[in-house]
Amino acid sequence: MPKLEIDGRQIEVRDGATVMDAANALGIAIPHFCYHKKLSIAANCRMCLVQVEKAPKPMPACATPVVEGMKVFTESEYARTAQKSVMEFLLINHPLDCPICDQGGECQLQDLAVGYGKSASRYREEKRVVFHKNIGPLVSMEEMSRCIHCTRCVRFGQEIAGVMELGMMGRGEHAEIVSFVGRSVDSELSGNMIDLCPVGALTSKPFRYGARTWELARRKSVSPHDSLGSNLIVQVMANKVMRVLPLENEELNECWLSDRDRFSYQGLNAADRLTQPMLKIDGKWREANWQEALAAVAKGLKNVRTQHGPETLGALAAPHSTLEELYLLGKLMRGIGSQNIDFRLRQMDFSADAKRTGAPWLGMKVADISRLDRVLVVGSFLRMDHPLVASRMRQAAKRGQQVNLIHATDDDLLMTVVNKAIVPPQALPDMLAQVVKAVAELKQKPVPAPLAGIGVGDAAKNIAASLNTGANTGVFLGNLAGQHPQAAQLQLLAQELAGLLGAGVGFFGEAANSVGGYLAQAVPGAGGLNAAAMLAAPRKAYVLLNTEPELDCNDPRAAIKAMHATEFVISLSAYKGYALEYANVMLPIAPFTETSGTFINAEGRMQSFNGVVRPLGDARPAWKVLRVLGNLLGIKGFDYDSSEQVRDEIARPDEVAAKLDNRLSGIALQIPPAAVAGLQRVADVPIYFSDAIVRRSAALQQTSAAALPRAWMHAALLDKLGLKAGQAVKVRQGDGEAVVNAARDDRLPLGCVRLAAGHPATRDLGPMAGDISVEPQ
Amino acid sequence: MLSAESLKRIDREIAKFPAEQKQSAVIAALAIAQDEKGWLATETMDFVAQYLGMAPIAVYEVASFYNMYDLAPVGRHKLTVCTNLPCALSGGVDAAEHLKQCLGVGFNETTADGRVTLKQGECMGACGDAPVLLVNNKRMCGSMSNDKLDKLLAELK
Ligand code: SF4
Ligand code: FES
Ligand code: FES
Repeated sequence: MPKLEIDGRQIEVRDGATVMDAANALGIAIPHFCYHKKLSIAANCRMCLVQVEKAPKPMPACATPVVEGMKVFTESEYARTAQKSVMEFLLINHPLDCPICDQGGECQLQDLAVGYGKSASRYREEKRVVFHKNIGPLVSMEEMSRCIHCTRCVRFGQEIAGVMELGMMGRGEHAEIVSFVGRSVDSELSGNMIDLCPVGALTSKPFRYGARTWELARRKSVSPHDSLGSNLIVQVMANKVMRVLPLENEELNECWLSDRDRFSYQGLNAADRLTQPMLKIDGKWREANWQEALAAVAKGLKNVRTQHGPETLGALAAPHSTLEELYLLGKLMRGIGSQNIDFRLRQMDFSADAKRTGAPWLGMKVADISRLDRVLVVGSFLRMDHPLVASRMRQAAKRGQQVNLIHATDDDLLMTVVNKAIVPPQALPDMLAQVVKAVAELKQKPVPAPLAGIGVGDAAKNIAASLNTGANTGVFLGNLAGQHPQAAQLQLLAQELAGLLGAGVGFFGEAANSVGGYLAQAVPGAGGLNAAAMLAAPRKAYVLLNTEPELDCNDPRAAIKAMHATEFVISLSAYKGYALEYANVMLPIAPFTETSGTFINAEGRMQSFNGVVRPLGDARPAWKVLRVLGNLLGIKGFDYDSSEQVRDEIARPDEVAAKLDNRLSGIALQIPPAAVAGLQRVADVPIYFSDAIVRRSAALQQTSAAALPRAWMHAALLDKLGLKAGQAVKVRQGDGEAVVNAARDDRLPLGCVRLAAGHPATRDLGPMAGDISVEPQ
Repeated sequence: MLSAESLKRIDREIAKFPAEQKQSAVIAALAIAQDEKGWLATETMDFVAQYLGMAPIAVYEVASFYNMYDLAPVGRHKLTVCTNLPCALSGGVDAAEHLKQCLGVGFNETTADGRVTLKQGECMGACGDAPVLLVNNKRMCGSMSNDKLDKLLAELK
């Protein structure tokens, strides 16, 4: 623990700390560009030069390790001269285009030039010109002459995103930042490079020339997409969301955002935004005022209830809805006598319902994931479903965390995965059972009786061997596991495994309120129907909250059928969408930026937020709409003054932890056979199709991750079916069919076809798992 | 993509480093690839990247950093004249001028008959012998007076 003195102040720092670390700890600001606390040290900008006693030349603070007794001066004449000289060099080639630069006002070079630059340049020669590049729809590289070659963007790719897509080509005067010969940057975390770039070289394409930073108000919010609950700074101008930036929260998103969190705001004001209540009268839509519309809803619901009974009413809510919305919808349904409400729209297996001790959750804090030394991930499209959890594990893997994977596809996770077992979806339980058995044998513990007949293969043995040597292990069930037809069995097995290992176990969770939905009791009550059952046995009336059933439900075909067959559909949504085809009333509600609300993330963290702009047009926060509706229907207990009041009725933040519990009781282990006849579907939900907002973000929709779904198959399967990659094929599930292109992925197991769900191109197909057939078109 | 012969040579280079540091062989691998192909096309760099388990862009960084690598086709011979400051002060630029005159091409150009490509190089660590030039990336020539340059040119077929 060396001690040193900086600008006359003493401090003791850990071994290996740099002068920059020490200065930061003292709150002394040293000018810098290439240094970033989350990235490796490059020491290439030289802006951080300081004077070190007895050193023969100025030293870069970011790369100089502290030694005992060091005396550092950051503001001495000597240091200042060095810093000013560096600034003069940096500005030699930097264009003087601040007035038309998007970074103007939030540019580190601009800021530091004020302090360290000269008012006029001595450089009279020609400045160099660097050509612009096109690396995709999100990050703009239009003005690369501004680049100061700090390589933050390059290091971000290598170190955080796990894929080096940008690099520095050439050297000296000819150095420039490029992607490999014109390729695009496809990382799901690419937007962070914009934040990292200290100058206006990398800027946001969607935000470009939209506003000046000082015109924007900064408001806090929480991401409604994945279950991490990333903290956001939403920047607004004239009541419009202009841009979204990360709000640093070391325990969740650190200083990053996924591109989904960052660019989804473009979908908020999409063309099909619903801004006025609408009624369908005699098959024609017309705008209505709230009073009329709500009266029509109340009347419609009452009619169905009197004619067909309350059990014919059903409610489906997206897990991206706020806690308050989910709770009030449940309360409303129960108030009119129906127990049919669910938010788990993509779930298939509900056998765990009523067997749960509490709400299923991550089983630990998000930050704890970084501290695990062994991890088993079961059934997860990790990078696409949980981009920042993946990044957290990537960092941990570099420090020695052993990541094991059991999954149905073998997408590159851009981290070291020590063992993986890639099996067809129906074989996931069997594979996990093998691991349980192998671990039990290693630990010399009794093997659970139902696993007696399971044969343990090498893949399982390897995973077991890795897990067995851990001191701090986590077993996680991903989205595919949660949506699996044997989800409960997978969970039982995971629990069994965790029990043997003394490990933490939990669900990554699909959406912002996948935990919250349980706490809000947006699940069927006694005798009620779950999401799948409500579609399998169509109801006479549906209340839809924030949801597009044909894209959000596990079985879009059943959903569409049910919506068309029913008498009365009320869509509470921010968008018109397909509701135009089947709804009777559309009520415009506010997306997360226009309402107050709460999300409970995977770790059970309750995060409340306020609206950052006023609702668009006549849209209203859904909790208020439901409140009025509750009163109109004469249900007791709907007199809330604020969303906080609703929230407090559900749980206070400190009460959440007690309600989280992954345990199941009263379900027996029963491992389905690993082999089945016929092809099985593996369905991922592409990252930019996960919910109604991202589906409408124009920029995200132009990325390669949003490409049209294809039917991915192993080469051997293509051959067997007489198909060629690229050819159009007809895919069938039951009586549903879709035409897509075939594609080849030899990392897929045989016997299955990967075809994305949540996408309009596959909305005529059946469930996300099960039999599927492919034939030439 | 590359011949069995080249791959064997690359494998020998790889063997010089610990298994998890395969990428240390990138400089040699690119040189071997260039020996075979004459220059480094995008696909060649892509192949080398894959072979060494590197990001293609990381290979490109290396290939574009050193001017011994050619990212576009060159003539049968390549002359790289050092024009960095020490050389420039002792006749490097004049030597380059002389070559330009004799060959009738400028930097980064190839004679019409495809015989010689002229390039400008960075310090070759032989400033004391200025003017300095490299023939075909591998042969170093020092103290290149105009006479010696003329002789060299006559040698190159
Ligand atoms: S583009 Fe920006 S982040 Fe990347 S090297 Fe240049 S200045 Fe640094
Ligand atoms: S910040 Fe230290 S050299 Fe760039
Ligand atoms: S400057 Fe030419 S060899 Fe050093």
